[in-house]
This record gives sequence, C-alpha cells and structure tokens, in this order.
Amino acid sequence: MTTQAVEKYHNDFLKEVEKNVEMGHMVKMCMQCGVCSGSCPLGPAWEHPPQEIFMMIRAGKRDEVLTSDSMWMCTSCYNCIVRCPRELPITHIMHGLANYAHRLGIAPKQNPTRRFAQMFWKNITSTGRVNELKLSVGLYFMDGIASGIKKGLEMLPVGLGLMKTKRLDPMGMVSGHGCKGRADIQKMIKKATEIEDKRKGYAA
Amino acid sequence: MAEVVATNETILVVGGGISGMTAALEAAECGKNVVLIEKNPSLGGRVSQLYRYFPKLCHPTCGLEINLKRLRGNKRIRVLTLAEVAKVEGKSGDYSVTVNIKPRYVNENCTACGACGEAVSAEIPNPFNYNLSKIKAAYLPNAMAYPQRFVLDASIIGTPEADKAKAACKYNAIDLDQKEEILTIKAGAVVWATGWKPYDAAKIQPYGYDRIANVITSVEFERLADPHGPTGGKLLRPSDGKEAKNVAFIQCAGSRDRNHLKHCSRICCMASLKQTNYVTEKYGDEGQSSIYYIDIRAIDRFEDFYQKVRANKTVKFIKSKVANITEDKATGNPVLHGVDTEGYHRYDNAHDLVVLAVGMEPNVDAGKIMPGGVVADVSGFIDINSTTEAVFGAGCASNALDVNRAVQSATAASLRAIQVVNRVSRAEV
Ligand SMILES: Cc1cc2nc3c(=O)[nH]c(=O)nc-3n(C[C@H](O)[C@H](O)[C@H](O)COP(=O)(O)OP(=O)(O)OC[C@H]3O[C@@H](n4cnc5c(N)ncnc54)[C@H](O)[C@@H]3O)c2cc1C
Ligand code: SF4
Ligand code: SF4
Repeated sequence: MTTQAVEKYHNDFLKEVEKNVEMGHMVKMCMQCGVCSGSCPLGPAWEHPPQEIFMMIRAGKRDEVLTSDSMWMCTSCYNCIVRCPRELPITHIMHGLANYAHRLGIAPKQNPTRRFAQMFWKNITSTGRVNELKLSVGLYFMDGIASGIKKGLEMLPVGLGLMKTKRLDPMGMVSGHGCKGRADIQKMIKKATEIEDKRKGYAA
Repeated sequence: MAEVVATNETILVVGGGISGMTAALEAAECGKNVVLIEKNPSLGGRVSQLYRYFPKLCHPTCGLEINLKRLRGNKRIRVLTLAEVAKVEGKSGDYSVTVNIKPRYVNENCTACGACGEAVSAEIPNPFNYNLSKIKAAYLPNAMAYPQRFVLDASIIGTPEADKAKAACKYNAIDLDQKEEILTIKAGAVVWATGWKPYDAAKIQPYGYDRIANVITSVEFERLADPHGPTGGKLLRPSDGKEAKNVAFIQCAGSRDRNHLKHCSRICCMASLKQTNYVTEKYGDEGQSSIYYIDIRAIDRFEDFYQKVRANKTVKFIKSKVANITEDKATGNPVLHGVDTEGYHRYDNAHDLVVLAVGMEPNVDAGKIMPGGVVADVSGFIDINSTTEAVFGAGCASNALDVNRAVQSATAASLRAIQVVNRVSRAEV
C-alpha cells in the first residue's frame, strides 16, 4: 500500500479532536441513532447535524468539519443532551469544536455567531461586566450602518420599554459600567488563556 | 386450606410463566418434588398474552398446551396460584420461604361453567388485555387459564354482587369466607422465574404515550391482533376506532438508553418484525408497516425471519431513532419527527398508529430477593455468575430472553437446583 493510502485510513482527526476539543473523548461513544439531530430546534439550519458531524470526525473529514458553520448553529438549548441515549455532551462538543476551529483560525470568518461571540468576549473582558446597550448596538451595526439603523428602529419600542422599567441604562453608552476589580479580572483571564494555550499547544 | 408438604429436598419454583413451568416440569420429571407458585390466578405468564410466537408464527397455545398436559399428569408438582413470595431465609439446601396467598373466593368445585360471571354485573379492567377492555368481576382469567377456575375480584366482596355470584353457582364452589393466608414453605433450592414487565412507556416523554391516544405499546398491539383481545382481533386504533393500516414501529423504546434501560431487550426487534406480519395478515397489500430502528438485532437463526420481512414490499425500514412525536389534531394521526442515518434526511411522517417496541424490565428487582446472596446486574436481572445462594435465575428473571432461550435457561436452572437437592438427600442417607 502506498503511504498515501495508509494516510487516508489513518484517522488522526478523531485523536486530534479527543485531545483538543472540550469533551472530544466522548465523540466515539456516538451510536448514530439520530435523536440529537431530530431534537434540535434549529435542526433544519444545520448543513451537518450533530450526528453527521460525529460521523465526519470518525471518517477523518478534518477540513469539512472545522470550516463548517454547523456547530455555530448550536444555541445551547440542551434538548439533544437530555435525550441522547449514550449521554454524549453534544452541546459542549459543538462549542468545543467551534472554539477549536476559531483558535486554529479556520472557522468561517463571516459567521454571525462567531462574530457575536467575539464582540461579547471583548465587551465583557474589557470592563469585567457585560454592557448590554453597547453589545446590542454593536450587534445591530455588525453588518454596516444602513442595516444597523433599520434594525435599531425596529427594536426602538422594545428599548424604550426596557428603559422605562429601568432594565436598560441609556448612560451605558458613555459610562464605564465596569466592575471593581477590573484589573484583577483581566489578569485572571490572561493567566487562564496562557494555561489553555500551553495545554492545547496553541502558539502564544 | 392450602396444605403444602415440603422438605429441604423440595425445589421451589417462583413464577409460573413459560420458564417457571419448564423448570418445574424438568425437575419433577427427574423425580423431584416441586412447589410452583404464581402470583396471578393462572399460569402462563406473558406468553399467554401474545397473539403469535416468532419465529414460526404459531399461537401460544402450542407451547403452553403441551406444558399444561405434562403438568396435569405429574403428581410431584404442587401449584399455588395467587401466591407471592414475601421472604426467603436460610441457606443452600435449607431454605424457608414465606408466601402470601390471596383468596380466590372460588374453590376446587368450580367447573368453569360461567354462571357466576353471568350473574354479576360489576366490571373491572381486564389485566389480561393490559386494561384495554373490561371483564366481569367474576371471571376466568383467560381461555387457556390453568387452573380452569373462576376468580371473584376482591372489589365485590362484601357487596350484593358477591352474593349474586354465590347464589348462581350450582356446584357450591364460591366461598366468600376465604381469607389471605401466609405459608412457610421449606425448600432445598429455589428457581426464580418471575419474568419481566414492559418498561413504563410514559417515561419516554418525547413519545407522548401518556398524551397521544394512537401511540401504544408492543404488548398492547399483541392484544389488538388477538381474536380474544379487546377489539376481537381487529387492528382498531384507540382514538376513533378507525382501522390502523399505516402502522409505525419504534424500536429501542426505553432500551439501550442511559436515561431508561441500559440493556438491549433483545426480543423487541423480532417482536416488531413479527408484528408487521399482523398488519399484512389483516390488510394484505393495503397495509403498510414502517420500522424505525437504530440497528436490527435479529439474533443468530432469526436472520432468516428478518430477511423474509425485508422482502415484504409493504414494510419500510427507516434507520433512525425517532426524536419526538406530535399529534395532528385534525386526524388524530401521530407525526414522527427525526433525521435518518442513511443520508441525514429530515422527516415528519404521519401514521395511523404508532407501536412502541418497549423494553423488558425484570418483574422483581433481584437485589431485593435475598440481599447479599442473590446479586442483581445493572438492570435488576439476577446475575447468575455472582449469586452465591442456591437461588437460580430462570428465563426473563435472569435476562431479556425470547421463549426459546428462556426455556433453555429454565432447564439449566432446574439442573442446578436438582444438584443441590441431590446433595441434601445424600447427606441425609
Ligand atoms: C411484544 C413482545 C412480543 C414477544 N413475542 C415473542 C415471540 O413471538 N416469541 C418469543 O419467543 N418471545 C416473545 N417475547 C418474549 C416472551 O414474552 C418472553 O420470552 C417470555 O414471556 C419469558 O417467559 P418467563 O416465564 O421468563 O417470564 P413471564 O412470562 O413474565 O412469566 C413470569 C411469571 O412469574 C409471575 N410472577 C412475577 N412475579 C412473581 C412473584 N413475585 N411471585 C410469584 N410469581 C410471580 C408472573 O405473574 C408470570 O406469570 C415477546 C415479548 C414482547 C415484549
Ligand atoms: S443522540 Fe447521541 S448517540 Fe444519538 S446520534 Fe446524537 S450523539 Fe449520537
Ligand atoms: S432488540 Fe432491537 S429494539 Fe430491542 S433493544 Fe435491542 S436493538 Fe432495540
């Protein structure tokens, strides 16, 4: 057999997932029953439902899996986890895969979930507390000024209602809205990132 | 009333299904004295509630009739019905078993003429039909019942209904003064053959067994197909009594699932394959069966049976565990939702009736029989390898088994029990 053929059947990708993806060691427990895919409320939006993703991992389809936007569809509703007969932590594996692909820099660049996740992370880590106003405004304007204004106007009545009931602080746009030990929190996050990078072998 | 002669050379068999009957007969035909106790008013167990047996598709009367004939002709077996074990004490070769016997209110004089049943008007849910129909409160448990003797349900005792039954009996067979009895039976060894029960389908929440009328269980479907069943053998669905021609079978309903039963119940694939024959038998080419499965486990010789069903054009196989079922309010049709494994196609399929191939659970949790000595496996079946007492599991008390394998295991348990009482008798010579 040529080395190429050997390579083809040498499934390093499952091992890679087991090593680097959160709960990746559970992928091999899947028995391909399909309950997770059928239980997902966003199911029709997935190009490859979870059951298929698990099979693709086992089949060594590294690029197809990691560049897919499927796992970015997961909304953490946990329907699949409670129903999976083999108790696979499907939700966690989906986020794990998304995170791994992102860290490798091969996740789909324009995926809205990925962009929102980045925006959220920046928002919360900069002050140690989520600034909801900045976050939602950021989200509306994610695709440019024109669509941002349109979405903002659509949501205006909701925003005003929230303000009236004191659920939204209009000063959030300008105030720091930070928490007390902001510098310490940032130090903690930095350290945690370092540890994770080291453990998973990402370049610092 | 119940005189039972038993010594430590007696073999006690608990449970009078096909396994318990087999174990009792094998031991008795080897010359051992046997006491067979059964909690129901009749022997036969779950097999008597089947319409037909796989693999040969004969009626359950086949196997049971032969066994009942052997039983009637054997003086070494003492049968106690309405009897349940409360406690097992002692050690191998010397057990003392406490048994509770419920009153039948009908004695040996009964000829099963049925006059009491005609006289009584009160009705109770019929357990033989999984409560899908009613039966008079003075009843014969089923057509094949052994003993062929009526029973008065406890709910009418002390009411004028019971007096009506008594007055109608020409043979002086009704005894309204019978009381519950507690017996202690000695035995050298015990064969434990208490069998199985269907897993509670309502616990599988997404399948809506408790909410959707036309979602039923496989054991209920057996009763629908049976001419002695609640619909006289017609496949009529519960919601509107319409003929169910398009039937879906959902495999592993409760089995192979860490949220429910961890084990594969081993018989349910074959049970559904068999039940597609019921649909074909009733409707010919107009019938339609769809089997939703993870993988079909038609074990060893049963492969032939599976291939025959595969060749039936009216049977579809969908490789997918159904995710959930909703009800189409207008038609009452259950709609099955899921994604198949061969191509990952999403489906929403409506059927007239859905049959859940429910898993098998042990009737009695083995860990509670004689704590310490009798060991249960993860599912509560008797773990015959770790059990140290002379309490031998037979049939579905020891594992999820079809009739053929249940009977083999009963013979094995009987042999083990015989060896124990042989040891006892040698010691006493
Ligand atoms: C839908 C379905 C269809 C099936 N079809 C087939 C088929 O076609 N062919 C086939 O080979 N197998 C079939 N099976 C399997 C078959 O039913 C079992 O193999 C068989 O019932 C096992 O017999 P058993 O005597 O071990 O248990 P059971 O039939 O359960 O008998 C146990 C007996 O013990 C009694 N008992 C329980 N607890 C006590 C107690 N505490 N004290 C005293 N007595 C007690 C019960 O009342 C019962 O009479 C089917 C199963 C299902 C679910
Ligand atoms: S529900 Fe669990 S076992 Fe079934 S396909 Fe999904 S992950 Fe695999
Ligand atoms: S026999 Fe078939 S339906 Fe039953 S648990 Fe096993 S695989 Fe599932």
